[in-house]
Amino acid sequence: MTVIIRNGEIAEDHFKGRFACFGDGIAVPVGADTDEKGLDVPSSIDPDELVGLAFGFSAVRIDFPSFADGRGFSLAARLRRGGFKGLLRARGHLISDQYPMAIRSGFDEIEISREMLERQPVELWAEALQRVEGTYFQRLCARRPVREAA
Amino acid sequence: MYIYDDFDEGFVRERVRQFRGQIEQRISGALTEDEFKPLRLMNGLYLQLHAYMLRVAIPYGTLDSQKMRQLAYIADKWDKGYGHFTTRQNIQYNWPKLTDVGDILDALADVDMHAIQTSGNCVRNVTSDHFAGAAADEIEDPRPTAELIRQWSTDHPEFQFLPRKFKIAITGSPNDRAVTRAHDIGIRMVRNDAGEAGYEIIVGGGLGRTPMEGKVLREFLPKADLLPYLEAVLQTYNLAGRRDNKYKARIKILIHEGGLDDFRARTEQAFETIRKDFAGPSDELAANIARYFEPPEFNNVRSHGFEKALEANPAFRSFFETNVTEHRNPAYAIVTVSLKAHGATPGDATSDQMRTVADIAERYGHDEIRVSHEQNLILPHVRKADLPAVYALLVDAGLATANAGLLSDIIACPGMDYCALATARSIPVAQEIAQRFDELKLEHEIGPLKIKISGCINACGHHHVGHIGILGLDRAGVENYQITLGGDASEAFALGERVGPSFPADRIVPAIDTIVTTYLEIRESEEETFLETYRRTGSAPFKQALYPEENRHAA
Repeated sequence: MTVIIRNGEIAEDHFKGRFACFGDGIAVPVGADTDEKGLDVPSSIDPDELVGLAFGFSAVRIDFPSFADGRGFSLAARLRRGGFKGLLRARGHLISDQYPMAIRSGFDEIEISREMLERQPVELWAEALQRVEGTYFQRLCARRPVREAA
Repeated sequence: MYIYDDFDEGFVRERVRQFRGQIEQRISGALTEDEFKPLRLMNGLYLQLHAYMLRVAIPYGTLDSQKMRQLAYIADKWDKGYGHFTTRQNIQYNWPKLTDVGDILDALADVDMHAIQTSGNCVRNVTSDHFAGAAADEIEDPRPTAELIRQWSTDHPEFQFLPRKFKIAITGSPNDRAVTRAHDIGIRMVRNDAGEAGYEIIVGGGLGRTPMEGKVLREFLPKADLLPYLEAVLQTYNLAGRRDNKYKARIKILIHEGGLDDFRARTEQAFETIRKDFAGPSDELAANIARYFEPPEFNNVRSHGFEKALEANPAFRSFFETNVTEHRNPAYAIVTVSLKAHGATPGDATSDQMRTVADIAERYGHDEIRVSHEQNLILPHVRKADLPAVYALLVDAGLATANAGLLSDIIACPGMDYCALATARSIPVAQEIAQRFDELKLEHEIGPLKIKISGCINACGHHHVGHIGILGLDRAGVENYQITLGGDASEAFALGERVGPSFPADRIVPAIDTIVTTYLEIRESEEETFLETYRRTGSAPFKQALYPEENRHAA
């Protein structure tokens, strides 16, 4: 079982569609035309391919196989800068200290395991969210944060 | 000297608070040891052979007396009364207790210092020319750019979990004192044909187990494009760098395997996108940073006392010849304070020595101190007229060793005396070599010679770029030392070549002796340096001297 953390709180899954798996370099949206279409991608996906694919979907879920694998942050930044405006979710092994990095890179929410939430209760995630603002990056680069670039 | 504003102060204090929280989470079990590790590393805390080690950043090697005194205070209060200055312009404390680390970090924040990103798979402390702002050969002071990079890379959301560590160095002089060709990114300040200031970007250099010379990625990058361009390089590396093998995870391997052209194409593509909404830094912020690096108000009064002291005191003259470098202001000089007294641990300074240097800097040096990657301290702005007084104070403190750039000015990593990775000791080898040649009183006759020693193939002691490089290895539980010759860390960058089979610990000092004796025998004149001789003759005469029996068989 997994839980979604959004705005520093445990949140309901607003995404009502289904996620299609990216595999063999091809992903096909599933479900009826009326459904929201989601895309599941591994952190090893080619960034250009991801940006090209994402526009057929209303949500993209990027996998974090390990908290030490930081590719997801750059993939999110690429997607947002490429103009993707849909839901962007980080799923897998993230720790609360990475939550602000995920938000700052362009993610809307994260999906973690129950086990992780037991070790790192929601208060830690809420506290970590305070670090989204007041960063060196904001001061230095007078540009819109990545998450607003879309 | 950059001075923190409320923002910097707030940021660093918040990081200390966070790290205290992370230590608590580790103790409560909210974080596993695996998860805690990168967090403590990105706050400078290593687990060494015997204890924790705290690595404190000295951004681009710049200190003042207040900071130096605080480093001394920390050494006394929470460590064993000394610190170790490293090749990356950091200072390491070897014996802090985990429970004291929060207090140490707060003490650092009291003087605008931190240990952020001195370790871990992120952008490390930005290093620079230790003569920046003082050197006679400088095109432009690199420190304002270095400070910009420090701010940009600190807590960058995309780049805290890179495939591997990432080191950036910048120089503003054509004479490269920052080893820019051995960094993940090396930056040289240059001017284009129109006379505009910009940067040459070198990428994919590094030492370690796969030494590689950096390659030019962009010959001329306009100044305003620097941060988006760096971001493009880092993003390309973060996405494409190997994560399957930590020994193949540095950017140099990515570029070696995929080719420079492919990397350049990907970087330029990312750059086009990133640059579009990269508005900054503001002119105001840039000007604010630059303001802190304005030259001091020089006092150009000269004195005959200086010339007289040179004539009267041969020891002072010897110090002047080796440890004093030309300053851009003819009334001034740059003083290298050697942390390489014969028999001492290279780079170590006691708290008393730190305070002495702080006092001298405050009184005679416009309150500026630098740390060099060669593990010495630098007083960048000393009036020539004050040199005799400064020298006398250094003599009293045991800091006047006249060996900068000479044989005993050895770079050595901590080796097996401290480091968990080391396969052999390096400090005792450095000490024995220095003592041996001090007894012979030959150092000054030998002239410029850079010996660099690493205690394992990770090459923290830069042995690949030593004129004589020594690499300590473990051969079936016995320390063994491999010798490379002809390395060069300067703008004439070269990786040393292995000269032959390695030597056991008790034969490494005699082997160095043999190499140096051979050089003295075959050099064409006293002016021909070791490196020049090596480049002229190649390794043959040195091989013959080191391995006479093998050569006899071959003949």
